Amino acid sequence: MENIDWDSLLPVVFAGLMGLSILIYVVLDGYDLGVGVLTAFAADDEKDRMIASIGPFWDANETWLVLAVGLLLVAFPAAHGVILTTLYIPVSIMLIGLIFRGVAFEFRAKVRPERKRLWNLSFFCGSLVTALSQGYMLGIYVLGLDTSWLAVLFGVGVALALTATYAFLGAAWLIFKTEADLQRKAVTWARRTLAIMALGMGTISIVTPMASDRIFSKWFSVPEIILLAPLPLVAGGLFVALWFMLAKMPFAKDRFSWAPLVMGAGAMITGFAGLAYSFYPYVVPERLTIYESASATESLGIILVGTLFVLPIILGYTIFAYTVFRGKATALTYN
Amino acid sequence: MSELDPFILARIQFAANISFHILFPTITIALGWVLFYLRVQYNRTNEMKWMDIYHFWVKIFALSFGMGVVSGITMSFQFGTNWPGFMESVGNIAGPLLAYEVLTAFFLEAVFLGIMLFGFRKVSARVHTLATFLVTFGTTVSAFWIIVLNSWMHTPQGFEVREGVAYATDWFAIVFNPSMPYRLLHMLLASGLTVSFLIAGVSAFRWLIGQHTDAVKSALRLGTVVAAVLMPVQIFVGDLHGLNTLEHQPAKIAAMEGNWETQGNVPLLLFALPDEDARKNHFEIGIPSGASLILKHEASGIVPGLNDFVGENGEILHPPVSAVFFGFRLMVGIGMLMLAVSWLSVWQMRKGRDLKPLLAVGLVGMTFSGWVATLAGWYVTEIGRQPWLVTGVLSTRDAVGPIGSGMVASTLVAYLVVYVLLLAAYIGVIIHLARKGDSAEKPRDAARVGGGPLPAVDPVMKAE
Ligand code: HDD
Ligand code: HEM
Ligand code: HEM
Repeated sequence: MENIDWDSLLPVVFAGLMGLSILIYVVLDGYDLGVGVLTAFAADDEKDRMIASIGPFWDANETWLVLAVGLLLVAFPAAHGVILTTLYIPVSIMLIGLIFRGVAFEFRAKVRPERKRLWNLSFFCGSLVTALSQGYMLGIYVLGLDTSWLAVLFGVGVALALTATYAFLGAAWLIFKTEADLQRKAVTWARRTLAIMALGMGTISIVTPMASDRIFSKWFSVPEIILLAPLPLVAGGLFVALWFMLAKMPFAKDRFSWAPLVMGAGAMITGFAGLAYSFYPYVVPERLTIYESASATESLGIILVGTLFVLPIILGYTIFAYTVFRGKATALTYN
Repeated sequence: MSELDPFILARIQFAANISFHILFPTITIALGWVLFYLRVQYNRTNEMKWMDIYHFWVKIFALSFGMGVVSGITMSFQFGTNWPGFMESVGNIAGPLLAYEVLTAFFLEAVFLGIMLFGFRKVSARVHTLATFLVTFGTTVSAFWIIVLNSWMHTPQGFEVREGVAYATDWFAIVFNPSMPYRLLHMLLASGLTVSFLIAGVSAFRWLIGQHTDAVKSALRLGTVVAAVLMPVQIFVGDLHGLNTLEHQPAKIAAMEGNWETQGNVPLLLFALPDEDARKNHFEIGIPSGASLILKHEASGIVPGLNDFVGENGEILHPPVSAVFFGFRLMVGIGMLMLAVSWLSVWQMRKGRDLKPLLAVGLVGMTFSGWVATLAGWYVTEIGRQPWLVTGVLSTRDAVGPIGSGMVASTLVAYLVVYVLLLAAYIGVIIHLARKGDSAEKPRDAARVGGGPLPAVDPVMKAE
């Protein structure tokens, strides 16, 4: 233990933990935000089923966002300040989106029937605004928190792409959790959004190295380019496989209904790994590294102990919750 | 229009958000325990009325929880956006405490909430009871961590400052800082009182509009009895809390008492208009030597005065007096009213008698009185700490972020509009649910409650 250099190890560990919770967040809340966006295209009774399929999970999914922001705040306070003050307006818009969507779950089921429409609308708009603002922030972040008009334009593009990505995940979730007409509809939605998702991920992969010489040389030199080649290849392979598979879905006896969700998540993991590789060791692109912005080692240590102890427990009971609500979604009831 | 001070705006925004947020934890913390109690009662007695009350209140719990979650997420972002100076200087202490809250409490609540709310037919009665317990336990653990942090800001210890940054030296001392036990107890009791008056108020309303069911009557009794028991405890704890504050934050006590000069025989002021420019009170009405008696237990006891907290150059080092002074009176006043109303109600309902309409109307009027007292209490505590953010370590002014006031102002307006709308909708839904009663929700087959799946096609299983 003597020769472990905690001062330089802990920031990496925390960057990893933060990355992990962001990744878990975008996949998990991605599917439920996506379902929210897709409610715009569904009939009223379908909306009930769609929302019932995510009802027991959404709160826990959002908690990963709280953990991610929390880790940014506690482990890299300086970076937290820079990022959140630059993105102040989109963050505020996202929060208001999250508010409208989060409360709609409860309100829509409790108000007088005439008011339900209004809360369905709030649910859709909240989900859409949240997805769009997260995408916009991703775009701005990828360009190093640049706020020139060109960057803003790029941000808008990424906003649309990430929304489509979430919608894809939402459709894939519905393929997994619903049946009959709604499931068939979800297959169509998945196919339509898949193309935009692939386009978006491709664009980000090209723009990121273009925008920064440092990132460019990290990718396009030997042997890195060979070692990294699997990332885009796997992602491309998944997209092609999804495209052909969705054309034939749903399969008899509901076989492989889980596959689009898992494959979509796989594609997101490759994209995320690529971004992580590009930006390491920066937490604010080209400005602040994880080492420069880390908190005191003692404080990080005490958080790490707690995290390593609690994280497996959290994962355990999360899996338990998913098994309780396994199978096709049924309408939700309190009694 | 002149540029508004971003400092003031950031404070207003933070105060607005936390005030909105705290309304809902205040309900969920204690309501969770009530639901757990009801669930256990049902398991024990198999009497349907307990499940009826449970099913009525679990909806209000779910709604409050949702409101708490979304406003809480807003809070966790605002910590960094509005108070970067806070994290820069005391982040090494605040950080781990916040992290432990997320790790030990938020996930527990959020994951088991799904099972608690919608798992009734999917898991056994025992697992459902356990899920109810874990959610409730989670809310209380969450309250523990955040109160630890907040109390540390009032009475910091267990750290050292190097180059303007605080480093933890003793975590035990940080967690068990002097004001923590009092503040935690006082807050948990506040939550209990808020919920018992909410339950009593809503049940009294249902009683008045003719829902004379067993469940409504039991809920009314439950609410008033809990309130009647908790209120004296709250007075006792509140008194200890005040004595502790006298020791650690004398300026706050001076402001609460509206006492300008350090002296003995200080009266307990029932009313006064503190005037900070003239540095005296107008229109004082008080009980002679009352404050000395309460704080020092003797009539001649010396009570600290505000004039001790003025710097050499006239700089004011005590909190704004009026807000603390009136906030305190509002809280204690509501507390006394709660005591009177709850005892009277319990007395009237003794041996199964019915509540008289007049008192029932009074309970309806006090449905949300706990909210008012809780907010008043927090304002006393927080404004009473000014000009410090962390007593003696960090002043509030040093903690503001570099955000332009235009941005803060526009988002502040947006938040306020959203909050007013949601609060109206929230209260509207509670009224709507109370009107509807629990008739629509009655499970048809008591034998099936709490275990075994329902048949796949069930017309009642729509969306609710
Ligand atoms: C005394 C209690 C108390 C106080 C003072 C606060 N909270 Fe809170 N908070 C809770 C008690 C609570 C709770 C009881 O645990 C919640 C309320 C809604 C819910 O029912 O859980 C919650 C929810 C909640 C959530 C959502 C958690 C989830 O996803 O389940 C966040 C992110 C925060 N809070 C953050 C904060 C911050 C940053 C605060 C201070 C500045 C704060 N809370 C003050
Ligand atoms: C839960 C109920 C709470 C309420 C109603 C509340 C209310 C307030 C109010 C009204 C202010 C403004 C005081 C002023 O500016 O004069 C304030 C300040 C502040 N409080 Fe609290 N507070 C609560 C809990 C907390 C907790 C739990 C924390 C931290 C863990 C906290 C941290 C702060 C901070 C950072 C400020 C900023 C300084 C300032 O605005 O003056 N508060 N709070
Ligand atoms: C009638 C007797 C009461 C007394 C003597 C009393 C005393 C106090 C004192 C001295 C404080 C300030 C603590 C400090 O920061 O130094 C306080 C704060 C507070 N009070 Fe009360 N209180 C009473 C009733 C109530 C009631 C009925 C409620 C709500 C239902 C309530 C809720 C609060 C809250 C939420 C706070 C802020 C958090 C804290 O510091 O504990 N109090 N109270």
